[in-house]
Amino acid sequence: MSRLVVGAHYGIKDWLAQRITAVLMAIYTLVIFAAVLAGATSSHDAWRGFMAHGAVRSVTFLFIISLGYHAWVGVRDIWMDYIKPTSVRILLHVLTLLVLIGYVGWAIQIIWRL
Amino acid sequence: MTTPLAMRTYHFKIYRYDPDKDAKPYMQDISVVCDPMDKKLLDAMVKLKAKDDSLSFRRSCREGVCGSDAMNINGKNGLACLTDLAAFPEGKPIVLRPLPGLPVVRDLIVDMTQFFKQYLSIKPYLVNDDPLPERERLQSPEDREELNGLYECIMCACCTTACPSFWWNPDKFVGPAGLLAAYRFIADTRDQATNERLDNLEDPYRLFRCHTIMNCVDVCPKGLNPTKAIGKIKEMLVQRAV
Amino acid sequence: MTYTVRKFDAVVVGAGGAGLRAALQLSESGLKTAVLTKVFPTRSHTVAAQGGVAASLGNSEEDNWHWHMYDTIKGSDWLGDQDAIEFMCRQANQAVVELEHYGMPFDRVDNGKIYQRPFGGHMSNFGEKPVRRSCAAADRTGHAMLHALYQRNIKVNTQFFVEWQALDLIRDADGEVLGVVAMDMETSEVVAFHAKATIFATGGAGRVYYSSTNAFINTGDGLGMAARAGIPLEDMEFWQFHPTGVAGAGVLITEGVRGEGGILRNADGERFMERYAPNAKDLASRDVVSRSMLTEINEGRGAGPYKDYVYLDLTHLDPQVILKRLPSIHEIGIQFAGVDCLKEYIPVVPTCHYQMGGIPTNRFGQVVVTKGNDLSSPVPGFYAAGECACASVHGANRLGTNSLLDLLVFGKSSGEAAVASIRENVKAHKPLPVDAIEKSLARLDRLNTQKGGSNVHETRVLMQRTMQKHAGVFRFSQLLKEGVDKILEVAQAVARTEIQDKSKVFNTARIEALELDNLIEVAKATMISAEARKESRGAHVRDDAHDTPETPDGRDDQNWLKHTLWHRDGNRLDYKPVQMKPLSVATIELKKRTY
Repeated sequence: MSRLVVGAHYGIKDWLAQRITAVLMAIYTLVIFAAVLAGATSSHDAWRGFMAHGAVRSVTFLFIISLGYHAWVGVRDIWMDYIKPTSVRILLHVLTLLVLIGYVGWAIQIIWRL
Repeated sequence: MTTPLAMRTYHFKIYRYDPDKDAKPYMQDISVVCDPMDKKLLDAMVKLKAKDDSLSFRRSCREGVCGSDAMNINGKNGLACLTDLAAFPEGKPIVLRPLPGLPVVRDLIVDMTQFFKQYLSIKPYLVNDDPLPERERLQSPEDREELNGLYECIMCACCTTACPSFWWNPDKFVGPAGLLAAYRFIADTRDQATNERLDNLEDPYRLFRCHTIMNCVDVCPKGLNPTKAIGKIKEMLVQRAV
Repeated sequence: MTYTVRKFDAVVVGAGGAGLRAALQLSESGLKTAVLTKVFPTRSHTVAAQGGVAASLGNSEEDNWHWHMYDTIKGSDWLGDQDAIEFMCRQANQAVVELEHYGMPFDRVDNGKIYQRPFGGHMSNFGEKPVRRSCAAADRTGHAMLHALYQRNIKVNTQFFVEWQALDLIRDADGEVLGVVAMDMETSEVVAFHAKATIFATGGAGRVYYSSTNAFINTGDGLGMAARAGIPLEDMEFWQFHPTGVAGAGVLITEGVRGEGGILRNADGERFMERYAPNAKDLASRDVVSRSMLTEINEGRGAGPYKDYVYLDLTHLDPQVILKRLPSIHEIGIQFAGVDCLKEYIPVVPTCHYQMGGIPTNRFGQVVVTKGNDLSSPVPGFYAAGECACASVHGANRLGTNSLLDLLVFGKSSGEAAVASIRENVKAHKPLPVDAIEKSLARLDRLNTQKGGSNVHETRVLMQRTMQKHAGVFRFSQLLKEGVDKILEVAQAVARTEIQDKSKVFNTARIEALELDNLIEVAKATMISAEARKESRGAHVRDDAHDTPETPDGRDDQNWLKHTLWHRDGNRLDYKPVQMKPLSVATIELKKRTY
């Protein structure tokens, strides 16, 4: 086929989101690392207490959402590179979304169950 | 004080395929004796062709400005005319293959249609609808400097055919050479189509298949940096969006 | 036999500067145009031009076209036609401004105008002192120009036939040109391109010499085709040897280096050009500089183990200027001479660079031949521009930067002339002669079936070495005489070339053999024309032309102020007068040439 079918007019949003989520995740990782050094994981109870703190819960929630979105863009990119038939790709996109939403839901459940 | 002519024999393994007679491609073992006047890989290849006239490759200027003799040399894309013979290690054959990721027409000659199609897709010409002045349009030396590192591209396709993103989506991803050309016009203060150009690239495939692997930078025989140009395009898209 | 015929209003052969400029004119006019090119357009050899394009824009100092015209005529050693030269110099500013409008990235001066640098032979006030006339994009002017022209052609949807080798001109019994026969290199299919106008922009034939700055593709295809179709070749004895080719490699080092202040030095470090051209020094015209360099070498002041080159010294220049204005030269020095020109001298030697002669045309790009009493009768339907043509604006020696100007001005004027002719004579295509492609097929057939023939590579090298030895920078009557015999002998071998590769797919062995068919026509034309011209003029300097009051520096205006015309048929020569009358100003009178 000689005609080029492109022009979805999205891309920059996801590209930017991927970078922003990456930064958020990096910051979260540093915070947790600092907390570990400060003794937050000295015992299981201390760890539970730390994670149950309102502020920590909020940033962990943000982290989970970031991770989900980051992974969605990344995995979709892989499907776009290697999977050519549109139907198969849509299926994989849907499966990816289902799995990621499932993970996020599960993670949120864990955080608020603490 | 004359130094004796240091002759050296070079051994080659060359990808050969002539659809007219070969059922499938094969690697040919061939060697050639070179004298000290033969400085570049292309010199040796011209000697090889004198020996076996069926060996096919493109070549023209032999000084790295026309972009004809791009090929895969010991696994890395480059121009034969800018590759030093002396730098090849002794005792190991020089492996020559066609540029990867494009259909082979014959031997080291690839079909570059897809590469040029992507170049054409970015509308590689200056757009300026102002009434033409009688004399040249003015441009400050600083504004002109923005084009350095962009306009020098020789379209040899070393970069684009070294790019995995282009291998996977040659029909949809513009590729480093095309994107470098796109930014050459975006960066030109005389061009008025910046928004249309950005619109044209605001696409998950055309621009955003670039994952900054940077093979393009690694192989460019002119020392250009397509990845940097792509980064600048993304920067402009962000500026426009936020 | 049946074959494919493709009809166009116009066919342009060659997609270098001249071809692309002509194509632009045709495409913009709405005519159905085909551009045939044996390499992708941006690989044409215009891409290798470095130093600039001449135009008296006067952006940095006072300048005007009349001075430019004077310099060009003086540079041509008065062999250039003054009408064509006036035309070119007056069109120069517009030609360059157009390119800027197309988007060519010229360097700029502080006020935003196009940057201009001095160049050899370009002077102010009728030869007084060097002037900044060369409009440049760093030292990549040809690259920037060719890409800008190609890009503009994309904008107007020019139709290209890329990697098509033109084989022969189609000329009918009335002498009219009706198109070309060409071969698709990828499939070896032979097709007749039937056109109301055919424009040759096939470039030069620098590969006729062993040591050349030219690309492999510069094989004089247009000249070969024209000669085989009975068109004479004009002034083919005049070949420019560029002073600064990298010793050994032949790669060009732009004269712009000397424009920016570079100096030639002999083995003793002496700036010898002060002795040969006290006024212009290193910026004298190319023939003068090349001869001075070879004189130094011949008198034992050459450098290197074999004392066979001189030095180009940039080390006194500001490194920032070199890296900004001459970046490619810095690269070439490292790549091909193994020296860093910021710190070391570049070894250079005069190297064959440009063919001043070519297919005879007038200033409208129409190919002209002698017809009865008319010495410049246009051949209907046939045009030529650029290095393959001889307008004649370069005469016996071209000034640097005038070649890019030539291809712009005459590319455009030939396109305009073709458009006008097609518009005025709206008649349908004249029928092709029945044997339109016979000769081409016969040539291909001969090549495919040749047994026990000569080797293409060896024959080409033999031709190149013969040319180098017998028709080089300095010419000797005895060597020329022998050269004629030798080149005719080589021509017999060329007629019997044999290739092993008979494949139909991208057969470059066949292409090289076909190119050699064209090169040998150029070699014969050069050697025979040079042997016959018993004087020294511009780039043609022979030992038996003596410096006398009547013949300053051996130039014999009494007998030789005329254009040579070489006819392939019988290797016959005839001559036509130089046009000494410009279009609107007074004749630039003959005088001794000093710089």
